[in-house]
Amino acid sequence: MAVLNLIPHNTNFDFIGKRKITFSIVILSTLIFMGSLLFKGLNYGIDFKGGVVMEVRMPTIPNISHLREQLEPLKLGEVAIQEFGSAQDLMIKFENVTGQSTIPETAVSNIKTILGDGVEYRRIETVGPKVGDEMVHSGLMAVLYALLGILIYVAFRFEWRFALCAVIALGHDCFLILGMYSLFPLEFNETAITAILITAGYSINDTIVVLDRIRENIKRCRKITLVEILNKSINETLSRTILTVVTTFLAVLALFMFGGPVIAVFVLPILISMVIGTLSSIFVASPLLLYFNVKYGKVLDEEEERIAKSLETEGRYEASVPKQFADDGVIEDEGPVRR
Amino acid sequence: MMLFGFSQTRKATIIVACVAGMLFCLPNMVSKETVEKFPSWLQNTVSLGLDLRGGSHLQLEVDLKAVNAEFLSNLLTDVRGALRKEHKMYLNLRVEGRESNPKLFFDLKDLTHKDKVASIIKKIDASLLTEVSEQGQVSITVDPIASQNRSKQIIEQSIEVIRRRIDETGTKEPTILRQGTDRIIIQLPGVDDPQEVKKRLGKTAKMTFNMVDNGAQNTGLAGPDSTMMDYIRGGEEEGGQKIAVRNQVSVSGDNLVDAQATTDPQTGEIGVSLRFNNIGARKFAEISANSIGKQFAIVLDGKVLTAPVFRSAIPNGNAEISGGFRTIREANELALLLRAGSLPAPLKVVEERTVGPSLGADSIHDGRNATVIAFLMVSVFMFLGYSMFGIFANLALVFNMVLLFAGLSLLQATLTLPGIAGIAMTIGMAVDANVLIYERIKEELRSGTAALAAIEAGYERAMTTIIDSNLTTLIAAGVLYEFGSGPIRGFAVTTAIGISVSMFTALSVTKLVTAWWFKNKQVETLPI
Repeated sequence: MAVLNLIPHNTNFDFIGKRKITFSIVILSTLIFMGSLLFKGLNYGIDFKGGVVMEVRMPTIPNISHLREQLEPLKLGEVAIQEFGSAQDLMIKFENVTGQSTIPETAVSNIKTILGDGVEYRRIETVGPKVGDEMVHSGLMAVLYALLGILIYVAFRFEWRFALCAVIALGHDCFLILGMYSLFPLEFNETAITAILITAGYSINDTIVVLDRIRENIKRCRKITLVEILNKSINETLSRTILTVVTTFLAVLALFMFGGPVIAVFVLPILISMVIGTLSSIFVASPLLLYFNVKYGKVLDEEEERIAKSLETEGRYEASVPKQFADDGVIEDEGPVRR
Repeated sequence: MMLFGFSQTRKATIIVACVAGMLFCLPNMVSKETVEKFPSWLQNTVSLGLDLRGGSHLQLEVDLKAVNAEFLSNLLTDVRGALRKEHKMYLNLRVEGRESNPKLFFDLKDLTHKDKVASIIKKIDASLLTEVSEQGQVSITVDPIASQNRSKQIIEQSIEVIRRRIDETGTKEPTILRQGTDRIIIQLPGVDDPQEVKKRLGKTAKMTFNMVDNGAQNTGLAGPDSTMMDYIRGGEEEGGQKIAVRNQVSVSGDNLVDAQATTDPQTGEIGVSLRFNNIGARKFAEISANSIGKQFAIVLDGKVLTAPVFRSAIPNGNAEISGGFRTIREANELALLLRAGSLPAPLKVVEERTVGPSLGADSIHDGRNATVIAFLMVSVFMFLGYSMFGIFANLALVFNMVLLFAGLSLLQATLTLPGIAGIAMTIGMAVDANVLIYERIKEELRSGTAALAAIEAGYERAMTTIIDSNLTTLIAAGVLYEFGSGPIRGFAVTTAIGISVSMFTALSVTKLVTAWWFKNKQVETLPI
């Protein structure tokens, strides 16, 4: 036996029965994020707007407000100066002043002059606004392509109802991450788009595992309602869900805590999105199946019978299942389906 | 005994894959000097991205619009000139249409001249398409394929000029790539201030046609009005040969329109054809007529590219350098250098990212630490969750990492900072396949299945779930690769390889180890 029986098995939580409450929470949170996106918008980083980011290591602990005053006469617009990692490390950031097509060549060298000698330039990035425009566009397209690709794959391997539920849940996750960037104004840059795509990758992985079990249970258990099938499936996969989210979370947490400040910025949204992705499989993708007229139980029985009969009349009777679930064959008899 | 349906071949394949993985992983573990002693097929290592090793990344935009506009205005002049010569056959010559797809229009004075006009225009530039309406309105467009090819050639030419100029700065291992339709990406490892490189790129190279000072050439000393210059051949310095070149510029290189490698269809002799614009053609005709039998030099930035002899007068601006080329390659290189003499289009730096060496080193250090910690935490957790079977999964995880690095090395993939994050995340996600299998085994055991059958069923039934869930994740990784820029691509690559490998290690390696273990122990209850 395992040293720790970490996750209780045979749980019997009613995840689906409370769907009025959970859906309300999902809709409410979506509305909040939507409102934030509409009224507050995104805090575009220099990747999208164009601008300059400098990461510098000062020879001594600098006086930030004094530095800010010194940079004032350069007229670079709003210059953000903040500590980055340690007291000696600074991040200096300013966006492209709208209307200007390029960052003035002299901006960076002027800052270097003001900072003086002995400064170590760890990172300097200058991005023109046009590059940023393209990134917004290709980034959005990338998310759409990913959703479309997954929709097609799941429709092909499962059926279109499952595919739609999975992709709606996935779209919801992506939207939530986007909303998070707006609500807690995190800088929205190329990394953010990446975080969204990573969310999609992780979330779909989790959703498929749950949907796969639902598909299997629909085949096996003919005497219980769809709500019961969904609950049963989620409970059966619950220990796996928790174990996997914990291992992945631990790994990414290690990055967040020990990977340095650059990585930390990159993985923080991923940490949050992993939790959202896991919850959405249970509270969005699964209950949505209830509204898509998925065939189960008695309906399947009748359909099987009808097919069997039609085959019989053609004189070539075989046990057959409706095409919907005919993919991987073996039907384990758990419910009394035997005839 | 065939346990779990393992045939001998399958066993052998799994073991060979793991051993090969360790072998190809090895070059990353030892010092550079040791790697150099390995056979060449074993020298591939993971290369580090600029964000880890430090360096500069520049994205340049080639102003194709400017070049196209110039091309069209030249055409307009040429067409006007050619038609004027033919007794002014046109009315209302004008340019219409959008910038990207302009059209040249005029009306014919006499419809019977239709074919003649078409042939005149074809002669000016082969890429022009002429259409004549029944009313005698002529519209001329540039063949879109030809114009695409021209853009491509301009980018290639620009890359060549950039490469030459960067080489001058002594930068090691620069990468210069075309990106999209009008961008060029330059990666300069180890350069933490790209100012010098940018300055060089902005500079316009100077190409000139000068006469050779024969007197000075014979003595080997520069005369009063000539300079000794290095002779570079095929782009490479050759044995310190020097040529005495007169200081007076006979024809400026700006007047050279095109240079192409050619082979004589009859004799098969290799040569390079030159084409000058009107001014160049006039000057070149004058000089060649006065200097038959004399040697001249084509000078690029103070170095002689080639020094042919005038065989005859060249009246029309179309010259041919022949003889002395050993291979078509050599001719091609000269043609390229001649074309590349100056930048064919203005360049603009649209993106510039520089990472200093200390940040890169810090990132590697932190990334490595975080990955090791992630590995330990996940291993401990798996052991706590599944005891003995957890150890099997952890063994599979070790091989996952080994094969991941082997894969990255063989593909010569670039490891970036997000790539390191991808590795850590792979560690977390890779055990998912084993978690799925083990949970199934546990379920089977609970429903009273015997140990062996439970293991068998666990692997069997988790299989489709593992494949479906991982393939969908791979779709997302694939899109990320397509969309992402350099560093982000590193993440997509490590995740994609890591997940693919995890399907192998989780399904095959753990199963093999479990089979061995089970064969030797023959236990009744599984320690899971």
